[in-house]
Amino acid sequence: MSDVYVLGIDMIKFGRYPEKNVRQLGAEAAQLALADANLTIHDMEALYSGNLMQAGAMVGQGILQEIGQTGIAVTNSANACATGATAFREGWTAIKAGLYDLVLVVGSEQLGKMGLLGGGGSRKGIPKEGLLGSQTMPAVFAEAGQEHARKYGTTFEQFAKVSVKNHQHSVKNPKSMYQKETPLEMVMGAEMIAYPNTKLMCSVNVDGAAAAVLASEKKARELGMGRAVRVKASVLTSDPFTDRDLVMPDVNTCTRLAAKQAYETAGVGPEDIDLVELHDCFATAEILHYENLGLCGDGEAGKLIDEGVTWHGGQTPVNVSGGLLSKGHPLGATGVANIYEVSTHLRGEAGARQVENAKVGLTHVIGLGSACGIHILEKA
Amino acid sequence: MADDAAAKAPLPVVPYLKIPADGAPFLEARQCSGCGKIFLTERNTCAHCGESGLMQAKPLADTGSLYVYSIVHRSFPGVAVPYVSAIVDLDGGGTVKGNLINIDPDPEKIRMGMPVEVVYQIAPTKDADGNEYLTYYFQPAA
Repeated sequence: MSDVYVLGIDMIKFGRYPEKNVRQLGAEAAQLALADANLTIHDMEALYSGNLMQAGAMVGQGILQEIGQTGIAVTNSANACATGATAFREGWTAIKAGLYDLVLVVGSEQLGKMGLLGGGGSRKGIPKEGLLGSQTMPAVFAEAGQEHARKYGTTFEQFAKVSVKNHQHSVKNPKSMYQKETPLEMVMGAEMIAYPNTKLMCSVNVDGAAAAVLASEKKARELGMGRAVRVKASVLTSDPFTDRDLVMPDVNTCTRLAAKQAYETAGVGPEDIDLVELHDCFATAEILHYENLGLCGDGEAGKLIDEGVTWHGGQTPVNVSGGLLSKGHPLGATGVANIYEVSTHLRGEAGARQVENAKVGLTHVIGLGSACGIHILEKA
Repeated sequence: MADDAAAKAPLPVVPYLKIPADGAPFLEARQCSGCGKIFLTERNTCAHCGESGLMQAKPLADTGSLYVYSIVHRSFPGVAVPYVSAIVDLDGGGTVKGNLINIDPDPEKIRMGMPVEVVYQIAPTKDADGNEYLTYYFQPAA
């Protein structure tokens, strides 16, 4: 089977674009990625579009209506916050299968200032929120973090440091929603949303889009490998049964399963990874994923953040883009945007935030419910 | 008169809360008799072992221990805050989520692993048809 390469990839600056619609945001990212690959929509043999909140709106076809209705196959994917990674993987799968040599992937989302997300559950009877606990995302991920605190004594301050780090990283990313440092006392003193997650420890609801052009090895060689990035592993898992998962979504087991598969497929280990973009939807979540991705042993994640290992300049920088906490989290775009970030470093084009000598990088997203997508990338 | 009394009987807030005609309310899950895994919702096939047709009623205990919690300070409009969202492992099996009451919403006061008990009360809200609901809460064990 052919290896798959990223030939072009880009994203729009994450932010709020009330004057635009989601297909325009997606179209903008698509054209940036096509230009990055020095190709046009007429070269694309299929489009894989990821969008969550307007999953029924045929967003992929809408994007083609903005940039060129060429009649190609369009697949619209929705997979909670793993939507973008899922669309990317659909494109990867098609090339792997030998169906196409060149495909376009677009992840897009328009969240605006949508407030708290979550709160599913039964609509029958009376509302359960605040009666049978909380289904809001900040509370669900607070509880996931508390499990780590219970097992290993992880502190509120250690969780808060994740947010300090990612906000500091974002200062050097012009495509981040925010570029502001948030010192520890500011993070810990911010409005408490769901203990231990304060407002600055919750990801930002924004509009955004990111896109990638994927190619088969044959096509990549023909067009030139100069700036190509090889997809060494593309893995998607769902959540295996665990005893508490009916009341407590388990983001750990599906991540561990995906990480194991990804490392095996890529033939690398966590020690070979030069940078990681992982799913910091809440500060508590990032701590869990240090261990889930094997960046440290179980129970060592608090130490990892304390010792600066995951800060820019540390041994394994995590979320140098600013992460979901500062760059923003446009659900369907997130999984493609983190591949953009890692690819940009592998290409040596990340400017002021460049991770020196980055050769191999990993991206990770979680869709609650649950899905985990992991990609391992290397400079071709 | 009998009809009036029936109309006023509270409804269970969730299907896994059972209200016997005579006797105390209790929580009841489903348990796979093949592998022993417990589910709060009705199902035919076990999500763990995959066997079908082996689900049996599993009454849950009214005592357990606090597994994890969050103190919720911001929720959806109209929901009173702060409150403690708690996940409790019940003695003898089964994990249930609910509000932990009769405790200060303060991380200094709440200890993961602390013994708790299930209590049953009429919920503060009624549905659009005016029906009352019986709900459950957790509180520190006496």
